[in-house]
Amino acid sequence: MLERSLKKSISKAAKGLWKSFPMILGTILLVSLISTLIPKSFYTSVFSKNVFLDSLIGGLIGSISAGTPITSYIFGGELLSQGVSLFAVTAFLVAWVTVGIIQIPAESALLGKKFAFIRNITAFILAIIVAIITVLIFNII
Amino acid sequence: MKKISGSWYFLIVIILIYLFLLIFNFNLFSATLNFFYNILLKIIPIIILVFVLMIIFNYFITPKFMLKHFKSKGIKKWFFVIIGGILSTGPIYMWYPLLADLKQKGLSYGLIACFLYNRAIKIPLLAIAIFYFGWRYILILTFVMIFMSIIQGIIINKIIKEK
Repeated sequence: MLERSLKKSISKAAKGLWKSFPMILGTILLVSLISTLIPKSFYTSVFSKNVFLDSLIGGLIGSISAGTPITSYIFGGELLSQGVSLFAVTAFLVAWVTVGIIQIPAESALLGKKFAFIRNITAFILAIIVAIITVLIFNII
Repeated sequence: MKKISGSWYFLIVIILIYLFLLIFNFNLFSATLNFFYNILLKIIPIIILVFVLMIIFNYFITPKFMLKHFKSKGIKKWFFVIIGGILSTGPIYMWYPLLADLKQKGLSYGLIACFLYNRAIKIPLLAIAIFYFGWRYILILTFVMIFMSIIQGIIINKIIKEK
């Protein structure tokens, strides 16, 4: 029983990781390409160093992106090393994992349209607030 | 014939771009591949750690285990919903039927939202997050997100009045 359960857990973890494999590999390849092609000055021109605007752009990109959180960490980490502000990267990371535009049909079908809509809208707004609070605390402590 | 998922198409397109670079711009191809190799080298040990942590979580945390703990009342219920969200594994669609069932059994929309928000905090993936952002930042982010999950739950409970 115990052995069967452990085997099942290993198989589930392996399946989960294998499912993420093309996305992880593709993201690393894409990040490498973008990092080589686009100069750091481009990012500093897109992100204005305005706390609210940077968080808003980061949140918007995170909301329309989909995939495993590992991908968002790799992408966010590399964006940070390219000079993108921590406010934008934080909003991007939080929106990626809390706003689920792709899952809205399934969420609506099982939990209701109103709930799915309100949950995703509030999650987007909170992603910006979380980014601002997190970075402010991080800079103070 | 087995259907190929979208993420495989994504990888194929990226590989095709690399092949295009190999043929038409070898210098750029070589620089990009070098960048890719450096990231991959850094990430492989962390992916192995993530895999081990995923096995441990899959072994201990199941929807049945959650159902047992969601039956508590008051503040304790919020506490278990937060812990449940953090510890839950697998794809989100796997949890929708359970949440719909719990809704029928009286779990409020706010608590469901709180659970879904906390699913964003993934302990097995923290290793890779700490690798990129540092433990201090991830710790602060985690606490702020847990706090905001409660705020979102309260907001949703206020907006969607239960019948």
